Amino acid sequence: MLNYIIRRSLYAIPILLGVNIITFVLFFVVNTPDQMARLHLGMKRVTPEAIEKWKKDHNYHLPRFWNGAESGFEKITQSIFYQKSVGLFVLRFGKSDEGRDITHEIGKRMWPSLAIALPTFLLGILVNITVSMFIAFVRGSYMDISAMVLCVIIMSISGLFYIIGGQFLFGKMLRLVPISGYDSGFSAVKFVILPVVIGVIGGIGGGVRWYRTLFLEEIGKDYIRTARSKGLTETTVLFKHGLKNTLIPILTGVVVIIPLLFMGSLVMEAFFGIPGLGSYTINAINSQDFNIVRAMVFLGSVLYIVGLILTDICYSWVDPRIRFE
Amino acid sequence: MSFKLVFLSTDILIYLLFFVAVSFAVYSSRFEHLRAPWRQVVHNRLAMTAAFVLSGYLTIALCDSIHFQQYAIDENGQPIHDNKGHPVYNPEVLSLFDLFVTNIRENTESTYSAPLSAQSYSKENIALPDGKQMRDYPKLKFPKKHLFGTDKVGQDVFYRALKGIRTGVVIGTLTTLIMLPFAIMMGIMAGYFKGRVDDIIQYIYTTLSSIPGVLLIASAVLMLQVYMDTHADQFESITVRADTRLLFLCMILGVSSWTGLCRILRGETLKLREMEYVQASQALGVNHFKILRKHIVPNIMHIVLISVVLDFSGLVLAEAVLAYVGVGVDPSMESWGNMINAARLELARDPIVWWNLAAAFVLMFGLVLSANLFADSVRDAFDPRLRTR
Repeated sequence: MLNYIIRRSLYAIPILLGVNIITFVLFFVVNTPDQMARLHLGMKRVTPEAIEKWKKDHNYHLPRFWNGAESGFEKITQSIFYQKSVGLFVLRFGKSDEGRDITHEIGKRMWPSLAIALPTFLLGILVNITVSMFIAFVRGSYMDISAMVLCVIIMSISGLFYIIGGQFLFGKMLRLVPISGYDSGFSAVKFVILPVVIGVIGGIGGGVRWYRTLFLEEIGKDYIRTARSKGLTETTVLFKHGLKNTLIPILTGVVVIIPLLFMGSLVMEAFFGIPGLGSYTINAINSQDFNIVRAMVFLGSVLYIVGLILTDICYSWVDPRIRFE
Repeated sequence: MSFKLVFLSTDILIYLLFFVAVSFAVYSSRFEHLRAPWRQVVHNRLAMTAAFVLSGYLTIALCDSIHFQQYAIDENGQPIHDNKGHPVYNPEVLSLFDLFVTNIRENTESTYSAPLSAQSYSKENIALPDGKQMRDYPKLKFPKKHLFGTDKVGQDVFYRALKGIRTGVVIGTLTTLIMLPFAIMMGIMAGYFKGRVDDIIQYIYTTLSSIPGVLLIASAVLMLQVYMDTHADQFESITVRADTRLLFLCMILGVSSWTGLCRILRGETLKLREMEYVQASQALGVNHFKILRKHIVPNIMHIVLISVVLDFSGLVLAEAVLAYVGVGVDPSMESWGNMINAARLELARDPIVWWNLAAAFVLMFGLVLSANLFADSVRDAFDPRLRTR
């Protein structure tokens, strides 16, 4: 097992390198350091000296990939690409273009993202599993069919309408919760309720359908039939035998998402004004701040790969038939 | 002729896709094993209702994809000629669909008005015949004719929502057109050849799928903007620019979404590779690409079909979200995403302006719901695990 984890982590390094290269190319094909300097210093009336000084301050004065002027190994290391990417691997993200320390910002903004993403995730899974188990229990009846119709309808409504409608209904009409914003500590609760509720309701349609399919597939198996023929009640059969085995595909499906919860949901944070990591990334893309974008993309890739490794480990832990050599 | 056809790139691609789909349907009607699942779909009443609604949307989208420019006409109704004597064309680009809905297109008011109402939204100073001024709701030019009211500049909201159909359908279908060849090729090659090829392709799709999609899309759209600004002469009118941006958006959405299908196809090919008929072909000495073409590809087509129809609704919904982030379609092109974005601010007005949001919602819901219902029944018919026979 440990061998496997080490091997997968080593595979991760070329992937991270590739991600780095792609982000770099995407960013610097669009705008040159000259344009970035101009953007930050104001569009008109910038002297070439001011541009040079800005570039030197932010380490953009070197050529992008290949420095022909230097000699030997310096050819590669004295370029923007190398300078900016090597710090990432030791998790030294450096400063953003305004001068704020990125690592500190990430540490600070992580909590609002988590405060929304974690409850939505946990509550969502709980609600989905409960509802789909109940529907699997009454399969074939009119309740099953009407619940499925309801699920398709919920799935077909865009998430934006839930957000806008929820904000309007609960924020403006009933004035139960504030429409958007965030506060730290315990008063965060009133800002978090609405996004979490909307997130759960929006995810019910697709989630219940998918879990219902998994449950029905499990119920059709032979051991369930044996359990029933033994004389066990339907409840015992479902809860004691069916649930555990259905949890395997469910678990492997959700474990890959867990590390990515840190990154925050883009749409939710933008609509509700939550100062989390998702809005951090979007603002950085819009203001073309390369340091932040590079840091967030790197972080996202690392978390995604961690999620994949965790999924494999989880899979082999819950299903004794799976073993990795 | 009193009009000149304008060929936009997305128009050409949409019609190309339409002909490919029709020819595929004609081709598969000759083989019984392909007709049987479709017969199951046809017998499902809910699916056929959904398909009927869907075909209504598709017809509107196709009609809306034939663009032309008419003669510019002066006040007397005579075409205007330039100094060489050639008639000048109106720079406004219309579509075939616009001709059918000319009445709602041209009935514009001055500002907001509620659905099916006879008066405008806000009070104005009206001069009475005897010289005095009164502050009251002015009468509309076309009372009770606007099904969903009018927006800020007086355009009929129903017309704007209908025009948004084409944008949604184009995004849903063109993205898959662009993504399919790529995903199929990579997925099959990774599953069939295994070894080094498999490792490289797995590396590529893991790397691509760990970059956040928004970043890819945002940078691609920015790249296009920079290109369009520096090569302004290649893009004559704003319609062409908006259309190029739509095409580019479809392309980049396709590039960022092929990884899912590729993974599934790779898994399926790994299984198919061990089938006896494939092993027999290899023993007979058939070359690899022929095996891929004759044995593997036809057997993964059902997965491709299911994923195409299932992704359609997801893409239409994603367009609305992208418009919010700012990297969606050009603001001059009508789309539901743009309408919803603009409608958010309008909800804060007093009295509330709800009809913009309602129109976009109703039409988007209709398309996505019927696509979902139809996709469900296609999946039930084609997925071998769920087949009832």
